Amino acid sequence: MGTKRQFKVWRGDENGGELQDYQVEVNEGEVVLDVIHRMQATDAPDLACRWNCKAGKCGSCSMEINGLPRLACMTRMSTFEETETVTVTPLRTFPVIRDLVTDVSFNYTKARETPAFAPPAGVAPGEYRMQQVDVERSQEFRKCIECFLCQNTCHVIRDHEDNKKAFAGPRYFIRAAELDMHPLDARTDRREYAQEAQGLGYCNITKCCTEVCPEHIKITDNAIIPMKERVVDRRYDPLVWLGSKIFRREKGEAPRGSAAITATNTGAGPQLPTVTPVPPAGERSPEADAERAVNWHRAVPAPVAPPVGDNGMLAVSEFAFDRPAAPSPFGDDVRFPMPPNQLNYSHPDQPL
Amino acid sequence: MTTRIERHHYDVVVIGAGGAGLRAAIEARLAGKKTAIISKSLFGKAHTVMAEGGAAAAMGNVNSRDNWMVHFRDTMRGGKFLNNFRMAELHAKESPSRIWELETYGALFDRTKSGKISQRNFGGHEYPRLAHVGDRTGLELIRTLQQKIVSLQQEDKREHGDYEARIKVFSETTITELLLDGDRVAGAFGYYRESGEFVLFSAPAVVLATGGVGRSYKVTSNSWEYTGDGHALALRAGATLINMEFLQFHPTGMVWPPSVKGILVTESVRGDGGVLKNSEGKRFMFDYVPDLFRRQYAETEEEADRWYTDPDNNRRPPELLPRDEVARAINSEVKAGRGTPAGGVLLDIASRLPAEEIRRRLPSMYHQFKELADVDITKEPMEVGPTCHYVMGGVEVDPDTAAAAGRVQGLFAAGEVSGGMHGSNRLGGNSLSDLLVFGKRAGEHAASYVDGLGRRPQVATPDVEAAVDAALAPLQRDTGESPYALQQDLQAVMGDLVGIIRRRGELEDALVRLGALRERVAKVSAAGGRRYNPGWHLALDLRNMLVVSECTAKAALEREESRGGHTREDFPTMEPTWRRVNLVCSLDGDQVRLERKPLPKLPPELFRLFERAELAKYLTDEELAEFDALAEEAK
Repeated sequence: MGTKRQFKVWRGDENGGELQDYQVEVNEGEVVLDVIHRMQATDAPDLACRWNCKAGKCGSCSMEINGLPRLACMTRMSTFEETETVTVTPLRTFPVIRDLVTDVSFNYTKARETPAFAPPAGVAPGEYRMQQVDVERSQEFRKCIECFLCQNTCHVIRDHEDNKKAFAGPRYFIRAAELDMHPLDARTDRREYAQEAQGLGYCNITKCCTEVCPEHIKITDNAIIPMKERVVDRRYDPLVWLGSKIFRREKGEAPRGSAAITATNTGAGPQLPTVTPVPPAGERSPEADAERAVNWHRAVPAPVAPPVGDNGMLAVSEFAFDRPAAPSPFGDDVRFPMPPNQLNYSHPDQPL
Repeated sequence: MTTRIERHHYDVVVIGAGGAGLRAAIEARLAGKKTAIISKSLFGKAHTVMAEGGAAAAMGNVNSRDNWMVHFRDTMRGGKFLNNFRMAELHAKESPSRIWELETYGALFDRTKSGKISQRNFGGHEYPRLAHVGDRTGLELIRTLQQKIVSLQQEDKREHGDYEARIKVFSETTITELLLDGDRVAGAFGYYRESGEFVLFSAPAVVLATGGVGRSYKVTSNSWEYTGDGHALALRAGATLINMEFLQFHPTGMVWPPSVKGILVTESVRGDGGVLKNSEGKRFMFDYVPDLFRRQYAETEEEADRWYTDPDNNRRPPELLPRDEVARAINSEVKAGRGTPAGGVLLDIASRLPAEEIRRRLPSMYHQFKELADVDITKEPMEVGPTCHYVMGGVEVDPDTAAAAGRVQGLFAAGEVSGGMHGSNRLGGNSLSDLLVFGKRAGEHAASYVDGLGRRPQVATPDVEAAVDAALAPLQRDTGESPYALQQDLQAVMGDLVGIIRRRGELEDALVRLGALRERVAKVSAAGGRRYNPGWHLALDLRNMLVVSECTAKAALEREESRGGHTREDFPTMEPTWRRVNLVCSLDGDQVRLERKPLPKLPPELFRLFERAELAKYLTDEELAEFDALAEEAK
């Protein structure tokens, strides 16, 4: 039942190499990795290729198949035409060691730079209590099998070797997001870290990483955009900025919305100066607001609880979402262009 | 040809970077020892990721009646009382702490309504006991331990300015030989897979955590790494292996289509309502409930179906019998001609749960089969059959310290490579907790062994030279056979003759064939150079696979009974006299020697956890008399 199929496999090392032609028997129901194993057993015993579980769970056999970053164990031969030549090449973003094996140490370096989980003080092992809906957001990112296909495909480093130093890549953005959303992680500077140390700003949301993820993690929508959004909140929302200056919150968690401010105010301790969110009536005019460049009328939206189903679980977004494609990073109730008086942009040169 | 050998000095070298290895390394590093982790693959790619069901620990979060004694009892029952009782006891007592500890490393298990770690039902466990994360618990475990090691490296960076000051991962590195100074471990020799360069670790303590031996079988769920390296290293260093005849064949591995052949269908499919049917559409498991279990399992489909919603008033469906019973039942159905063309039976969950519910409960299973084979498990049944999955046997160890038995000192073993804990059959979920409990113990005791050493053992230069020669030999020969052909032949011998159902004649035949293979393997030749050459790597692994296969075949021939993961067609029943015997393998020159050794005796306080009626099925009359005397005393 096997038929001979045409393959081109890149053979070589760091000094260069070329595509070599192979004619290999392919049987019904096989995947590309099965075929590579057959090449090893017949024509090319020293063909270098990483693999482990052959079940799409370990993320070892990452390579580029017909130019697309794929797991070889998850690429069915039936997805190609019988007459089609299948071209297999190593991951392009990382230096080649030999044949299909690349040096992926970049990823391990970045992993080591990402601050680890910080256990909450005073909570003994066995005393951790978390709700399913709260852990589910982080669990999505912990599905990552570290195949590094997202890292390979991300054009920030794929096409610009120089960026590697400053850019951690999608894999480590979801790690930062995972820890940011971890209900008990004691650190509160994950977003700042992503912005300042991981190079989150380089990402311009082309979603290539999400497309290649074999675990279908919504890297862009569920990790990168929320992280960017919150970093933006914090850095550019003057109310939040002012609040964080005045109240000198120890942790990076800035108050969001007036409710948060009230809560802080009623706390014990030295009497802090009170912020009046709305200036006296006489001064309230669009012009005056524009002059200050701060729209004090606009209440910052209060945080909204996640939409939890009857079973207490967070719905998988693609099933529950009422529109195609991803949610807007600015919130789906915001329409563009925004009326000027709803903007809360403040020019750095303007007095507050 | 001059050979460059990179040399490193460590206090503890951990061979293997799966769950047990990483847990051991964490413990050794926490004890202040300079620790190396050797991984055949990249860091974080261990076979542990394949464990789907969960980690068994009697935390009592879902059913508060659960405790270590019940877990101990289940483990002993599952292992048919051949377990090392002390290991089973330590395992049952310590696994909850080991799981809770993972949460402080950042693990995120699924939760109960009250926010505790959720626990699920699993074959052989009396109460819901498996801490889990969907169906990717192994991945969570590996990632958590990997990230804990990174966090320790970050601590070291702050303190010493170097991430690798006290703990370093040598990824894609294979150890080919342990080096001794007299009877003490002095180091380990191996090569970097990437470059083919040699590396020598000088270290007074070595922890083996290399996993299992499944690559010697034709149909297996195991990855290429499972070539019995640790088993073979231990043998050659003078340690002993026990229980090597006991291999677990997972009852439900996919048999069709080929792209997923050998991939396991987690037992939770059955726990969540999946049923086994033969090609005639009959739900056949009701015909295969052994007398031993008849009281706990439902007799009618109606009662079995009620159990899923009302487990307190109904008995469990027979699909949840221990793995070996299910495997044997499937084997019998297929042999009787009621299997599918590919030699399996049908596992049906599609007709029992709504598609949405299946996708929610078994997300990665659904997505895996959809993606790999275009099989939609919400629409059609799966074709499953027995698959080589786990080896119960392994390095004989001291239960408390995980130190290898035999004449060698400074050698420790944990996880699948060690033997005794699971007896003749492992319960699902016990492997993940096993590797945490004994990984920790191995790391801890390796560290204290190093503390107690007066003089650091020295590596002898001739030993290193011999190791270099042995490693280079396959590359220098060009007349021998291809390692791939030899591996296929070995897999055929083991799969066909030392498989799930065994017979005297076949086992004798297997030993003759293994003898012939031994000569061919000694002459294997690998084409190509030293740089990332999988042919060469396999040629070096073959030697290990072969010696471990010989141990399995010899022990399987010797044990004339059927028990757990060892089924003899010519001796179909369990013999109480055999329960008192462990079969111990050692190396005598290059020949495998097999000895009988008595099993350690169950102490009275553990003895009393069982009912007499149950013990009567396992124990000899003599032992029962002892039990009665104890019971008398207690009155």
